Amino acid sequence: MIDSKIPAGPLEHKWTDYKGHCKLVNPANKRKLEVIVVGTGLAGASAAASLGELGYQVKAFCFQDSPRRAHSIAAQGGINAAKNYQNDGDSVFRLFYDTIKGGDYRAREANVHRLAEVSVNIIDQCVAQGVPFAREYGGLLNNRSFGGTQVKRTFYAAGQTGQQLLIGAYQALERQVALGKVKMYTRHEMLDVVVIDGKARGIICRNLVTGQLERHFAHAVLLCTGGYGNVFYLSTNAMGSNVTAAWKAHKKGAYFGNPCFTQIHPTCIPVSGDHQSKLTLMSESLRNDGRIWVPALKGDKRAPNDIPEEERDYFLERRYPAFGNLVPRDVASRAAKERCDAGYGVGTTGQAVYLDFKFNLINKYGKAEANKLGIANPDTNTLIKLGNEVVKEEYGNLFDMYEKITGENPYEVPMRIYPAVHYTMGGLWVDYELMTSVKGLYALGEANFSDHGANRLGASALMQGLADGYFVVPYTIGNYLADEIATKPISTSHPAFEEAEQKAAARINQLLSIQGKQTVESFHKRLGRIMWDKCGMARDEKGLKEAISAIRQLKAEFWSDVRIPGGSDQMNPELDKAGRVADFIELGELMCQDALDRKESCGGHFREESQTEEGEAKRDDVDYAYVAAWEYQGDSQWQLHKEALQFEVAKPSQRSYK
Amino acid sequence: MQHYTMNLTLKVWRQKNASTAGHFETYPVAEISSEMSFLEMIDVLNEKLIKEGKEPIAFDHDCREGICGMCSMYINGRPHGPWQQNTTCQLHMRAYKDGDTIVVEPWRANSFPVVKDLMVDRSAFDRIIQAGGYISVNTGNAVDANAIPVEKEKADSAFAAAACIGCGACVAACKNSSAMLFVSAKVSHLALLPQGHPEKKKRALSMVAQMDKEGFGACTNTGACEAVCPKGISIENIARLNREYMMAGLSESE
Ligand SMILES: Cc1cc2nc3c(=O)[nH]c(=O)nc-3n(C[C@H](O)[C@H](O)[C@H](O)COP(=O)(O)OP(=O)(O)OC[C@H]3O[C@@H](n4cnc5c(N)ncnc54)[C@H](O)[C@@H]3O)c2cc1C
Ligand code: SF4
Ligand code: FES
Repeated sequence: MIDSKIPAGPLEHKWTDYKGHCKLVNPANKRKLEVIVVGTGLAGASAAASLGELGYQVKAFCFQDSPRRAHSIAAQGGINAAKNYQNDGDSVFRLFYDTIKGGDYRAREANVHRLAEVSVNIIDQCVAQGVPFAREYGGLLNNRSFGGTQVKRTFYAAGQTGQQLLIGAYQALERQVALGKVKMYTRHEMLDVVVIDGKARGIICRNLVTGQLERHFAHAVLLCTGGYGNVFYLSTNAMGSNVTAAWKAHKKGAYFGNPCFTQIHPTCIPVSGDHQSKLTLMSESLRNDGRIWVPALKGDKRAPNDIPEEERDYFLERRYPAFGNLVPRDVASRAAKERCDAGYGVGTTGQAVYLDFKFNLINKYGKAEANKLGIANPDTNTLIKLGNEVVKEEYGNLFDMYEKITGENPYEVPMRIYPAVHYTMGGLWVDYELMTSVKGLYALGEANFSDHGANRLGASALMQGLADGYFVVPYTIGNYLADEIATKPISTSHPAFEEAEQKAAARINQLLSIQGKQTVESFHKRLGRIMWDKCGMARDEKGLKEAISAIRQLKAEFWSDVRIPGGSDQMNPELDKAGRVADFIELGELMCQDALDRKESCGGHFREESQTEEGEAKRDDVDYAYVAAWEYQGDSQWQLHKEALQFEVAKPSQRSYK
Repeated sequence: MQHYTMNLTLKVWRQKNASTAGHFETYPVAEISSEMSFLEMIDVLNEKLIKEGKEPIAFDHDCREGICGMCSMYINGRPHGPWQQNTTCQLHMRAYKDGDTIVVEPWRANSFPVVKDLMVDRSAFDRIIQAGGYISVNTGNAVDANAIPVEKEKADSAFAAAACIGCGACVAACKNSSAMLFVSAKVSHLALLPQGHPEKKKRALSMVAQMDKEGFGACTNTGACEAVCPKGISIENIARLNREYMMAGLSESE
């Protein structure tokens, strides 16, 4: 049986009760306890800083050249919090409810409620650190709205919210480094977890500059290593984002939760050709002001501005009048795919739809500005000019980014967008305390499976990462470490460290010795193709089975024909990439396995076999209201454990945004 | 937008590690699409090198969307290449035409030693932040986020300064290898906000002291940094830092 350790009592008291009763570690003992934090994104940096402040001895690791460069830096649109500063009916309960519903009733109520509770503290903390959120003229904080909600609860800093939040957490982290409480290891990649007597006691990592393998001991290990969207090769994730740390933990006994739950984001810049190395997101916040459409006429090749209003199909507004352009991501993505598959797509490839700002530019912003300036009966050009200025302030960096990539000016022509892989709801299974199924091994942020069910709402990942790191783990880790105060540091010459390092070294040597003909990149691309085609926006039994056998074949080919230049005792980015791709291949198989097992459609997981007559996802609460927690049992073998989900407060209903 | 393909000659700095000398290598690259990004063009070259049994060119990159600050190429004598307010990863090949020769080097500055090929060590920037680039507030200490209103204008200026991505192009562009733009951006970001006031004197003094200790050169106001900064960080920040530093120095000696 899986024990998720959800505290007893009414939902809204669980976290308060937990905090009131969990074990504490006194300051003198904290100084003797060591904690490893792998990853310095929002989750890792906030955890490492907070644990350092509490007095633990922390070691933090990242593979980039500075902790400030973690992938969180790229988050654009914003962070949710139930502050209700807008007086528009928001509350902790509503944020909880929206998240559960948005996740299509596949997340744990207790975790999500806690997330909504601490969301308000996050904003306070960030402002105190100097995060320059957008403000109104009165000096108070501004909000915008995001998909899947009907309130304005998203705090933001232009289109650079992740950057500003991460810099806040990074500065807090560097402060602890200066105080000697955190030791920072940059350009280090974790290659294994060391488990002794059933407890995580350290890690093996590779110094990416020298190539040396290193051993590090700790009383507890936190994996804050981000999501695995790059299993699809093309995604909005940073190039280095990988599953390696989580995957190695999985192989050491940590269950992997809901691996097939991936989020395909509706508004990304479309693929331009085979050379494409990554995809760029255009933030969901743009859907506040942009309207999505395709020509109503199949194969209409006219330039977008030449297509008159009545010949446009605003398909989201048509299909989902209540939420319109602000339906959740999974719904918006599938609707765009449906139009493109039916032949209404635009651009050279036909794999794109328009995101058009003109209407709101003129009617919302232009008119409001003209009013403020007292311009009576402004003409359209004046309105556009005035509207442009507001839009520039709100989204300037995104518009610039679009123009740099496509060479087109989105102030004048509508953006072309298409769905792309963006986020992974699945991840290491964790209990209420964020501990994996290996004692003393925790997973935070995107690396865990916890709060977003089968679909994440926009602006909730930043919230979750910071909740986990600033406000959850500092409490829950104490509950574990309180029993470890008598554990003396274990020498890294312990046989378990010895063995783990030897295994890591052997794998590196094996990879280098293959000396085949095909590059790592070419394998990664092929894996991505399989995953996108068969385990992407729509999945079915036949395709998934084909994918599994194709992946097995790819794996065999990889291990007999990959070519990696250079050696192991030097900086070798190709070698690092090879290790990551090898892990992605194994993960890909498990994702397909999980997708195959879950015969219902829910959230981002759309099984062709399970849809309503109108083509909406059809959930099956009788058979599938569970978290799939997969236990590794050897090469291509897993055992499925089911954590039943109980909904005591948010009663499941078929999601409707109509 | 008209797309085209081109053939180019690349001259790239190759250096095994920090302790060996480097040199330029020349590589022809063919059939490059104008729609590629500059780094995708390097990817194409690297794939070719690997297939030829050679070592690919090492370079730093991660987000490839101009925000992580990792990419750092000195292209035809200009950090991040020819476009204004742009990072290397966002430079696209439509900036070039068939037959062009492109010279690619790492950042050149004593405080940024080369790690390998086009990668440099910018950890000096982290150490400057450690010296005081933060507000000392432990988790849980904060008051309600709306308790202290901040004038919109100040908040916007703080944000503009905080937009720095820590790439180091400013240092690479400066003939003195000065880090003043980077340091002033952080000092301004925090000094402009009421939350940053209590520590502002100490912050300016210790960050500048650390900057000097790291061996960055003096600022002689050439403005080269501002011209290449991908985030448009203004040299007005340097003026502000100088003011903050002077005032801090005065009150320190009282
Ligand atoms: C383009 C984009 C825009 C987004 N916009 C938003 C938004 O507006 N709002 C929102 O809420 N969410 C957004 N998201 C999602 C959100 O940014 C991420 O889910 C979140 O930042 C993840 O944070 P993290 O701390 O879990 O991981 P990351 O920030 O990914 O950090 C991972 C860390 O782990 C380290 N690491 C990984 N593997 C290893 C290893 N093997 N060894 C050592 N270190 C390792 C890395 O170095 C890094 O420090 C966006 C995502 C993308 C891609
Ligand atoms: S000031 Fe500009 S050039 Fe210098 S590090 Fe910051 S972003 Fe880069
Ligand atoms: S790769 Fe991140 S800024 Fe260029």
